[in-house]
Amino acid sequence: MLKISLSRLEELFAAIAEKQTLYIPSDRADGAAEFTKWEPGKALTQKLNTLRSAKDFFFPQTENIVDFKMEGKNIQVIDQRSEHEDFVIFGVRPCDARSFTILDKVFLSEPVDSFYKNRRDHGTVVTMACSRPAETCFCGTFGIDATEPEGDAACWSDGEDLFIKANNDKGQAFVDSISSLLEEGDTAKLDQVKAKTKEILSRLPLANLSTATFGGDTLNEHFNSEKWAELSESCLGCGTCTFVCPTCQCYDIKDFNTGNGIKRFRCWDSCMYSDFTKMAHGNPRTSQLERFRQRFMHKLVYFPANNNGEFGCVGCGRCLSKCPISMNIVKVMKALEVK
Amino acid sequence: MNNDTLIPHVGVVTDIRIDTPDVKTFRVVSPEGGKVFEHMPGQCAMLSTPGVGEAMFSITSSPTNKEFMEFSIKKCGCLTEWLHAMEVGQQITIRGPYGNAFPVDTELKGKDLLFIAGGIGLAPLRSVINYVRDKRSDYGQVQIVYGSRSKDDLVDYKEIIDEWMADPGVEVDLTIDNPQEGWDGHVGFVPNYVKELKPSTNKTVLVCGPPIMIKFTLAGLKELGFTETQVYTTMELRMKCGVGKCGRCNIGNKYVCKDGPVFRFDQLDALPDEY
Amino acid sequence: MQEAMIKRAKELLTDGSVKRVIGWKRGEFAYDITPAVFESAEELDKDFVFDDFTSANVSKYLVKESKKEGKVLVFLKPCDTYSLNQLTKEHRVDRDNIYVIGIPGGPKLDIEKIKAKGITGILSVKNDNYTLKIETLYGEETMPFSEAILDKCASCKSKKHVTYDELIGEDGDVLDSDRFDMVEKLENMTAQERYDFWREQLSKCIRCNACRNVCPACTCEKCVFDNPNSGVENKAASDSFEENMFHIIRAFHVAGRCTDCGECSRVCPQNIPLHLLNRKFIKDINSLYGEYQAGADTTSRAPLTDYTADDCEASIVHERGAE
Repeated sequence: MLKISLSRLEELFAAIAEKQTLYIPSDRADGAAEFTKWEPGKALTQKLNTLRSAKDFFFPQTENIVDFKMEGKNIQVIDQRSEHEDFVIFGVRPCDARSFTILDKVFLSEPVDSFYKNRRDHGTVVTMACSRPAETCFCGTFGIDATEPEGDAACWSDGEDLFIKANNDKGQAFVDSISSLLEEGDTAKLDQVKAKTKEILSRLPLANLSTATFGGDTLNEHFNSEKWAELSESCLGCGTCTFVCPTCQCYDIKDFNTGNGIKRFRCWDSCMYSDFTKMAHGNPRTSQLERFRQRFMHKLVYFPANNNGEFGCVGCGRCLSKCPISMNIVKVMKALEVK
Repeated sequence: MNNDTLIPHVGVVTDIRIDTPDVKTFRVVSPEGGKVFEHMPGQCAMLSTPGVGEAMFSITSSPTNKEFMEFSIKKCGCLTEWLHAMEVGQQITIRGPYGNAFPVDTELKGKDLLFIAGGIGLAPLRSVINYVRDKRSDYGQVQIVYGSRSKDDLVDYKEIIDEWMADPGVEVDLTIDNPQEGWDGHVGFVPNYVKELKPSTNKTVLVCGPPIMIKFTLAGLKELGFTETQVYTTMELRMKCGVGKCGRCNIGNKYVCKDGPVFRFDQLDALPDEY
Repeated sequence: MQEAMIKRAKELLTDGSVKRVIGWKRGEFAYDITPAVFESAEELDKDFVFDDFTSANVSKYLVKESKKEGKVLVFLKPCDTYSLNQLTKEHRVDRDNIYVIGIPGGPKLDIEKIKAKGITGILSVKNDNYTLKIETLYGEETMPFSEAILDKCASCKSKKHVTYDELIGEDGDVLDSDRFDMVEKLENMTAQERYDFWREQLSKCIRCNACRNVCPACTCEKCVFDNPNSGVENKAASDSFEENMFHIIRAFHVAGRCTDCGECSRVCPQNIPLHLLNRKFIKDINSLYGEYQAGADTTSRAPLTDYTADDCEASIVHERGAE
């Protein structure tokens, strides 16, 4: 496989950044990792994953849809869309890489969401395999192999070298663009690293978590479970889980008066919020229990029902570490599994 | 770049008719003239006034109307209040058509049809009724049972009297909730009236109205011997994108804006009991 | 301590004095504790836990639970008792329907501090004479207990339970803490340095509302940030300054009522030190209107809703703000 020494990462990033905007996960001042635009000197984080997921690149938290100018009785529609620049996201973990496939199913299905497509078409996803999974990881439950990431091109590290392989045409174009820095390498050491990682993956506390009792046709079984009351009891309805989750995709469309016209934008929303389903004559989900249930039923039952059994979770573990009261999808799955 | 369904067209309101104290019917065309887009009966459109709000409304005119689209809108919130205060000539934004339509070219063809509506619930059904009237030979008997709080709350009253009642192929049964001076028609709630009328069970039913009316009407129909596979309705939930992506109208594995708003009752039964 | 708490809770449930117990429930790992309501002895035996990771302030759940039929038993650490007093003072809870057992306070541990050392694959955390022995998938790690303490516990202001019906363990004293040290440091910065500090910190905000939803002082049924007519309701930034306004507005809303329980910073997924904003307000209120600790009792009037002849002149506040 083609490789480059890890000591030459700075050179590699410089070469990529010369042709396209490059984003890498890097450490912030307070120690957390986040995707930032690469600049000379910026180092790749050693942390397992970024705090926020990578969905921001294709589905940003706030995005302008269209502008309006109002004059008397007339409205002028101003389409501000423009072709997005080409960019590379380097170092995406296997879980986040899978989340793009899930978001594609929503945004690229008819009618195609041009805002998402614009960004998606121009973004090259370069993934990085994991070697030190955390106790909160459970990507394996959803059929993701942390040692064989998806993405346009995939990378591995064996501690000394960075190995890289293209997975499709876009990835191949990317590898070709930096081929002068790469050389053929022996993967013996890497194979050992992969084997060791697989062994750790099998020993993870959540390795045995199974989706067997969930899926598109398990609606009635789970919807009326009495476990929801207990599970949702301490939920604050804050929405943190939705915002750090790589696959949550609910959004709101709002108008903002700039004083000089109206900007219509879309922004992330959460089905956990009390006003999510509120309308002029009532609200179908008035209790936190119902809203809590909706989020998990969507991920474990409704989404697979509409998408050939694919679940709406990638096992990244962010909700496990970020929920203020430590509720998460694992606790929900385990509670509902028990009859 | 290609069109994106979230970016709306501009429409202009060329006529405003006051139907009831809280319902007005708005006629919308493209500023260049003609309809903004085509649709099928039961479909809806997102109307908005930038800066005020955007909401989904069913298109009450039939697609066979070649000149304009009409929306019958009840005043009950921010946007609708603003729309009610509009003057003729006001532009609004409009995008659509969204949702599935009543199966007028498939399951409903050749059938005897019974329309049951309450209050503003007549609006979506009106689109089907006028479509059927314009393609009369494709359908069987047409019976319309329509009721409202009072005579002044009957929507499209003029059309009902001047056109529907005058149409020999259409039976119209009106009712109001309580006795009122100047009304010598039937008095009573719609679900009870339907039971009194004892419609034949070989009719296909389309029902729309306040949730409680639908609930009791369905119960009454079942008592009369109708099955859920014969009864259609159209649902309303808060919608934002209109295309099944933003998640707001998601119930069970369905999105009301995309898989609905028209549903058969047996399909609704399969959905979680959240509505 | 955990055993004593479970025992006492079971006693009170069995003899009918209380109908439910608010406490903490064991999770998947050593550190993911969920606040929960227990209604039976079996549930308590199975899941109730009290250890170095039970840092959540459960007093806010009383807003809902104390209104239900039957008394509710709640275990409160000293800092949590201040929150309960404040809730009582604001009539947000039915104090007569609550049975409070005061329990020892922290210091509690912050799993993020352990993870920040690069320790991952954590399977268990044991306190061995103030050295943490952490078993992980990658071998055993150790670190000093003192380096993993939650920020809010590091500047603890009081070990005194200001309200309780019964105590398990000792009661303590109000402490001389250094909680205003960082605030002073910020005050001594230039206006530009302070502005840069806060802009950097607050730019991380993702408007998840965890801070607002966990705060015991935020119990409005219709929050101003959920009200489309308020002008500040926005789920996402229309310009990045807007997120900063959320925190400034919220700090003003809780000023004088914030008991400095530290939950806001503990729950923030982006580790923004929100408590510093609130502490600044507390420090200012202390100097402008006299020393005041919200939640210390249930009868004193809050400085911002009371007037005494000793209050500083309004013009002084105005001048200071203009600096």
